[in-house]
Amino acid sequence: MAFQAYGGEGWLLTKLEQLINWGRKRSPWPLPYGTACCGIEMMAALASGYDLARFGAERPSFSPRQADVLIQAGTITKKMVPVFKRIYDQMAEPKWVISMGACACSGGVFRTYSTLQGIDLVVPVDVYVPGCPPRPEGLIYALLKLIEKIEKDHPLRKKAAEIGIGG
Amino acid sequence: MGLKEDVQNTLGELALDFLECQGDLSVTVPKDKIVDALTKLRDDLGFDFLSDVFGVDNSAFYEKLAKAKAKKKKGEEDKKEEEPQGPPPPRFEVIYLLLSLETNRRLAVKVKVPEDDLVVDSVTSLWRAADWPEREVFDMFGIKFKGHHNLKRLLMWDEFPAHPLRKDYPLEGQGEERIMEYNDND
Repeated sequence: MAFQAYGGEGWLLTKLEQLINWGRKRSPWPLPYGTACCGIEMMAALASGYDLARFGAERPSFSPRQADVLIQAGTITKKMVPVFKRIYDQMAEPKWVISMGACACSGGVFRTYSTLQGIDLVVPVDVYVPGCPPRPEGLIYALLKLIEKIEKDHPLRKKAAEIGIGG
Repeated sequence: MGLKEDVQNTLGELALDFLECQGDLSVTVPKDKIVDALTKLRDDLGFDFLSDVFGVDNSAFYEKLAKAKAKKKKGEEDKKEEEPQGPPPPRFEVIYLLLSLETNRRLAVKVKVPEDDLVVDSVTSLWRAADWPEREVFDMFGIKFKGHHNLKRLLMWDEFPAHPLRKDYPLEGQGEERIMEYNDND
């Protein structure tokens, strides 16, 4: 985005897509879905010591309808899959998913009949955070990576392709 | 008087077998007399607190034991001991852990449950605390509790087709997935 100001009158030269991305990347409101020890680290990341709000994740939304980023922090059992999928489905587009910790990424140590072997079997994942559990720095890094991804997105072109106009 | 004598006196012929291990006493009682035995232990000996109820699948243990025996026999063929060939030991056990809050004594009460008769009387009439543990045992081993008011799965979902803590159930499951049932319109 080009931003210049000459003299008293300022002017802004940009593309609409970049403007949209600029708005989106600065307000990735998280939906915290803490199910295990990763949830504790996520709380630490959200609290004042690490303060995830510095990066725009100002308001942890406990309603999926007003959230942008689903932070899955912890194990998902097979029994819980319908609940989890339903919450993901309830989120409004655009939405992203951070898979935090070994359990969410791959099932972790729980290679058993009852545990989902990675949430990417159920929902699309944007950023994986390894660790058992990852430190808050790990989650912050993941959020920064996600912001990078949002920056490079083409929301209008994607939408146009979806409804079949333009190219 | 020691705990073992107390239990022996209280249960009488209901006590089939005693086992003392690391200072912990366990007593085996007949399967159809479990409510009687636990009532006696609760009312006469003061075991007023039921800590836990859980199941055990001994099939792997018995297999291991049989293998070790066969190996030993091969080594000592000259002795030619004939083992009495009785019916196979019951596959499952249900174990009740009791605690006396007054005297701080603990006791494990076992019943043996053969595979062809997977029904044990429920002790929810004695302790409401037995409700969920019995449901868990039903969930994990398929042992039914007669007289339980709400015997359905506790941990796995209702349609789950197997009993996962049985030794013949593979650790990573048989590919069971919970099926999603909800409308887009909801």
